[in-house]
Amino acid sequence: MSDISVSAAPALTGRLADAARRRLARVPVPVLLSSAFLALLAFAVALPHAVTPYDPLLSEVAHAMQPPDATHWFGTDRIGRDVLARVVYGARYSLLIGLASMLVSLLIGLVIGLTAGLGRRVVDEAASRVFDVLSAFPPVLLSLFVVSFLGQGIINIAVAVGIAGIPKFGRVLRAQTLVVRRADYVTHAVIFGLSRRAVFWRHVLPNVLAAVPVIATIDVGSAIIAVAGLSFLGLGPQPPTPEWGVMLAEGRDVLRVAWWPSVFPGLAITLTVMAFTTIGKYLSRIYGVRTR
Amino acid sequence: MLRKVVARLVTGLLVLWLAASAAFITIHALPGRIEDILAGDLSYPGLRDAIAAQWGLNHSLLWQYGQFVLRLARGDLGTSFVLQQPVGAVIGSQLWPTIELAGSAGILAVLLALGVATATAGAVGRGAWAARIASVLELVFTSTPVFWGGLLLLIVFSFHWRLFPVSGAAGWRALVLPAVTLALPTAGMLSQVMREALEAAFERPFVTTVRARGLSETGLRVGHLLRHALLPVLTLGGWLIGGLLGGAVITEKLFGRPGLGSITLDAVTSQDVPVVLAVVLLAAFVHVVISTALDIAYLFIDPRLRSQ
Repeated sequence: MSDISVSAAPALTGRLADAARRRLARVPVPVLLSSAFLALLAFAVALPHAVTPYDPLLSEVAHAMQPPDATHWFGTDRIGRDVLARVVYGARYSLLIGLASMLVSLLIGLVIGLTAGLGRRVVDEAASRVFDVLSAFPPVLLSLFVVSFLGQGIINIAVAVGIAGIPKFGRVLRAQTLVVRRADYVTHAVIFGLSRRAVFWRHVLPNVLAAVPVIATIDVGSAIIAVAGLSFLGLGPQPPTPEWGVMLAEGRDVLRVAWWPSVFPGLAITLTVMAFTTIGKYLSRIYGVRTR
Repeated sequence: MLRKVVARLVTGLLVLWLAASAAFITIHALPGRIEDILAGDLSYPGLRDAIAAQWGLNHSLLWQYGQFVLRLARGDLGTSFVLQQPVGAVIGSQLWPTIELAGSAGILAVLLALGVATATAGAVGRGAWAARIASVLELVFTSTPVFWGGLLLLIVFSFHWRLFPVSGAAGWRALVLPAVTLALPTAGMLSQVMREALEAAFERPFVTTVRARGLSETGLRVGHLLRHALLPVLTLGGWLIGGLLGGAVITEKLFGRPGLGSITLDAVTSQDVPVVLAVVLLAAFVHVVISTALDIAYLFIDPRLRSQ
């Protein structure tokens, strides 16, 4: 027995590796590049000090406003802080606030969407009007409206952007709930005498949730842009926080003499959003999830 | 047909009424006294009484609500207690620069998207590369936030080549960079949607018929397929307006332009709720009016919708 397993093991792992390689080969190059970039970003969020030796808050006025060179790859800003270090540490703020605001939209959208999709017609109509009203306000202005009540700050802008994103998630999840509700497996479960509660927890909810990763991946990009926008306007984290939007606002003030403090944080935002969008679109194509 | 138009108008009015009600409920649901919320960070003798008088705070909640809705219906946006001016006057003085910016950016975005989409959709062979490049550019532009795109344009066109002013709103030259900044992400999104619609239209039998009649490829694209590309623009109209108005706030801040953006930001930082409320409701009004008008226009443009 042991002989067989020993001799079979390499062959088996070899075959598995082959299968994995073949599956990987089918993934388009842009999707692979995006995944690699996001992995790098996740690493920067978890262990920023392993990516850059510099302190994002330490200012060395003697080295202020130096263009990119071998020691400071992205140059230094007005008070001599390393721009690369600030971009790396900034991933924490920009990504996590963006993710938090997406979670706010997702959770509220999920509750309203499920209620609308499963409830009576009146409930469904009411939920649709809620989405209509929320989306009647331009997202940026709705966020500003919420901030004017809640006040400024990191958590408040996450909530503000999250509220503006509710209709987008709510509508898709309502549609998804309607599809699942009428699916054969749900009908069968009901015929087999499962309780409403059991049908909901075992069949409806998991299948509605199956669409969530795809929608979330596509929409986290716009949440990141919206959050960075409010930070750029000075309503989120305050200087000297190395958040990408805050850095761009600071970069604008020295644009006349230096381009680098404004170019790199923005590049980070754009690449991040491109990566999420590319992966999200790929996922929605292979899983056939409608995102609009 | 008439019934559909009327139904759409009623829905539009309903959404406006609900939006105003939502704003009213939000203000009342907030913790703290309404006088304090509306006063912002300001305090002077008699201020609380003036607010109570204008908002009818001594009356019943229902009376306050009725008065609030009637006031809005008359176009009266209330008073900014922080600026000590009617909100209508505050907004009115700054309306034009924003209309100018959002309008020119919107037109530019639609033209750009139309051009790119009609030129690249449905291409085969060597032309397929153009479609590829276009779709990469669309991804880049939709992923670029306006506040960074604008900074890049400033670096290149204002500081390096000195073609356009860095800030301000004097003359058409000051409008170019802000309008392009605001137009690019919008154009990217529109072009994506239009190209999808065009690709779908290329599959239709009428394309074969038109080609069989001997019409040139350009004639087919401009004369027949363009209509199909315009349809998604109409359904996205509301989104487009919302995006342009919201983006205008950030663009105005970036380029130091006067307009609704600077009023709104000042109001948000000084917690001048009546002004923020008025701007938000005005934006919702514009959004609903335009998307209602576009939905009705849709009925006239697409004959298939009329009969159903």
